[in-house]
Amino acid sequence: MGEAPAAVELRGISKSFPGVLANDEVSLVVRRGEVHCLLGENGAGKSTLMNVLAGVHRPDEGEIRVAGRRVTIGCPRDAIDLGIGMVHQHSSLIAVFTVLENLLLGRGEGLRLKTGEALAALEEFSALLGVAVDPWVQVGRLSLGEQQQLEIIRALWRGSRVLILDEPTSMLTPKGVEDLQRVLAQLTRQGLAVIFITHKLREAFDIGDRVSVLRRGRLAGTIDEATMRGGTFAELKQMVVELMFPGEAARLARVAEIRGFEGPARRSRRPAAGPPLLELSDVLIPGARGEVGIDEPLSLAVHAGEVVGVAGVDGNGQRPLAEGIAGQRRAAAGDIRLAGTTVRALSIGARQRLGLRYVTDDRLGEGVAPPLSVALNLVSKRIGAPPFWVHGRTKKAAIERHARALVEEYDIMTPTLDTPAGSLSGGTLQKIVVARELSFSPKVVVFNKPTHGLDVKTTAMVRDRIGRLVEGGEAGALVISTDLEELLELCDRVAVLSRGRLMGVVENVPGAEQEIGALMIGGGDE
Amino acid sequence: MSEPETRVASPPPAASVKVLSGVWRGLGPIVYALVAGGVLLLLMGRDPIGFYATTIESGLLSQTGLEQSIIRMAPLLLMSAGLIVAFQAGLWNIGGDGQFLIAAAVVAGLGAPLVGVLPYSLALALLCVIGFVAGAAWTIVPSVLKAWYGVNEIITTLMVGFIGIRLANLLIKGPFLSDRSLVPQTDVIPFKYLLPYLPGTRIHLGIVVALAVLAAVHYMQTRTSYGLSLRMLGASPKAAAHAGLDVKRDIVTAFGLSGGLIGLAAAVEVLGVWGYVRADWNPAFGLTLFALVFLARLNVKLVIPLVGFFAVLSIGGHEAARRAGLPNDFLLLLIGLILFFMVFTEWARTKGWTAGMRLRAAGRTSQREAALDE
Repeated sequence: MGEAPAAVELRGISKSFPGVLANDEVSLVVRRGEVHCLLGENGAGKSTLMNVLAGVHRPDEGEIRVAGRRVTIGCPRDAIDLGIGMVHQHSSLIAVFTVLENLLLGRGEGLRLKTGEALAALEEFSALLGVAVDPWVQVGRLSLGEQQQLEIIRALWRGSRVLILDEPTSMLTPKGVEDLQRVLAQLTRQGLAVIFITHKLREAFDIGDRVSVLRRGRLAGTIDEATMRGGTFAELKQMVVELMFPGEAARLARVAEIRGFEGPARRSRRPAAGPPLLELSDVLIPGARGEVGIDEPLSLAVHAGEVVGVAGVDGNGQRPLAEGIAGQRRAAAGDIRLAGTTVRALSIGARQRLGLRYVTDDRLGEGVAPPLSVALNLVSKRIGAPPFWVHGRTKKAAIERHARALVEEYDIMTPTLDTPAGSLSGGTLQKIVVARELSFSPKVVVFNKPTHGLDVKTTAMVRDRIGRLVEGGEAGALVISTDLEELLELCDRVAVLSRGRLMGVVENVPGAEQEIGALMIGGGDE
Repeated sequence: MSEPETRVASPPPAASVKVLSGVWRGLGPIVYALVAGGVLLLLMGRDPIGFYATTIESGLLSQTGLEQSIIRMAPLLLMSAGLIVAFQAGLWNIGGDGQFLIAAAVVAGLGAPLVGVLPYSLALALLCVIGFVAGAAWTIVPSVLKAWYGVNEIITTLMVGFIGIRLANLLIKGPFLSDRSLVPQTDVIPFKYLLPYLPGTRIHLGIVVALAVLAAVHYMQTRTSYGLSLRMLGASPKAAAHAGLDVKRDIVTAFGLSGGLIGLAAAVEVLGVWGYVRADWNPAFGLTLFALVFLARLNVKLVIPLVGFFAVLSIGGHEAARRAGLPNDFLLLLIGLILFFMVFTEWARTKGWTAGMRLRAAGRTSQREAALDE
């Protein structure tokens, strides 16, 4: 393949926000017909750069060329008119509207809804992508993969020639990722340019034609097609790591996702784990309105010294399961036992006092109280308990000592202990939540999507903590995740959840991946 | 400082900037309102300087004016404490006036027969407790509905508040009606049984009670586990539930405490100033205090000077309005203007106006950026 013409060219883009230089003279060419992967840590400037291209931010300096012409993108509308479409990480579709209605949104020209046109476009693009989408179904009923396909179709109908996908695989099944890969291949064959933002190196190499790495707002380097095709995984990995963390590569050799290139490191099979710590027998946990609950009796046990994974696509009953165990929802039937004690009727607090911890996936929504300080959030599950409270009176010094130790131990990046938690980044919040749940010798910890949206370093730290938690054989962990590699890296056994049903439990031995994938698909999802 | 403090992600705004902008957030709306009120006075052909001078003269500088203002502060401060307890917990107790009047009616109605039988101090203490319990009881319906059924407390406290106002009226015209008066009112508690004066003044003990209660509320909020539970509840009900707090208990008790303190405010006003309650009496402190309590950002320490200001304004302004030939309602106009400018200042802040605020806004933007890059 010769040098394809540039679809988009960014030249010397700088964008600063007060106190932060988010992009520093970044130049990037995205060619027609290529999938261009953008890698970088949290805060490296990927999102800012893409927001500049999508018209959300205006650059301070630099120019943008689309199809060779110099353009000014002042607002998202301009970007759409120029054929630049962005599919955000979190769906921007409206769940209670139908597929068709969602397509029609934002097509503001004229008073009449272009229903006919939309139907025709849906048919055309569905055929192009090789997917089937029912125009009359409510978007809320679609799987996340299908919603993503719909977003791509919407972008295409708006005439996008450049498609920006922001971490598109974070919520997909292995099959969903495969489908996406196929869709992208179709699109690039049509001459579209795709910019693909990801945290996962393996994915970048599987899907991307070229890879660019951003570091601290600057373009650290681009790996070209020839190198991508010619190099071995190990070489490419080394190259990317060197670009992302110059001089730190050796220290980061253990980082999970990088290690993932050589195939996930499976945990050694432990001979017979300890006694059961958490036992679910035939539990039913109803979902909220419009949500899949645990609708068929589910039985599962977590033993001491064991990590049990729960695989499945988001929205297949994970949250009801986690909240049912933690006590935030009541099980409609069945029994939940913690170290032999029935906890089904106990309150959240009572279960915590028995040693049950829950690392929620909703960090900002319920994991922390945003206006309260870091220090208080670190003890918020021990309100009233000594040594932080004695006869109801706050012992500020004890709280601060404890908080300072955790900030130190978990490397929590906060300006001060009094900083409101809500002003910190997602990765820092997760460290606060994990630090809080893992202190005071927990018996069973339920992790719900523990590394979702975290950068490589924080991800590695969280996974490392999960491993260390069960090491002594005193505690057990239940890890609910949509990231199969993560589960294969961490777990002894992996349960598969689909449409609120436990499809099976797989021992994590070589070949488990295929078996899990088969169970996920067997559930009839997607 | 120790190690963690050195890992600065983004520098906090300079303390002086923070203090200045904080002070202006509180004082700005009052200054704007006084200026706008002055313009209105000019338009009506009155002398604004003279008006405000009279207000200060007769509300603050004269001996009786100052005493009157301080006396007025007592129920206002207690009621503010009650409102702050609820608002901090994120509970919108809008029915304060109903709780106040129910408590006032009960205290006055039971007061006259009680003071004769019981020893002086015991009777007063008991009546204060009765006022507290009456006010607290009037929150039970909204708080139970909120805690167990999630019913919006803004609606229920408002509605139950209306019922409270009417019920107080019925109580005074029914079981507590005095047969010694031509207008419907309770029996009068003899003057010698009312709250004692502070030595050397004609200010009753209420202000001391109020300040003690405020101190206690402040202590509760900042230094106790219960206070933190309520703050968690106010900051994020989901986080409070997730943390395993007993949210139902917290809702019911915070509401009860709120209504109780408002009831205590009524008891102090009845036992300190009036000695009886007329069926048509309703000082309607609640709505005015909403404005002041929010102006003070629910901060107990800020509420004291603001309530003091308002007391001076209402005592001195009464005289000033009389002299200027204006209706007493002119004071309500000033309160309305303060509210208006409060909203205006908040809006201006979000737009990043004034120097100090721009700095803080900048800090937020960079944090948002960092968050966006997740």
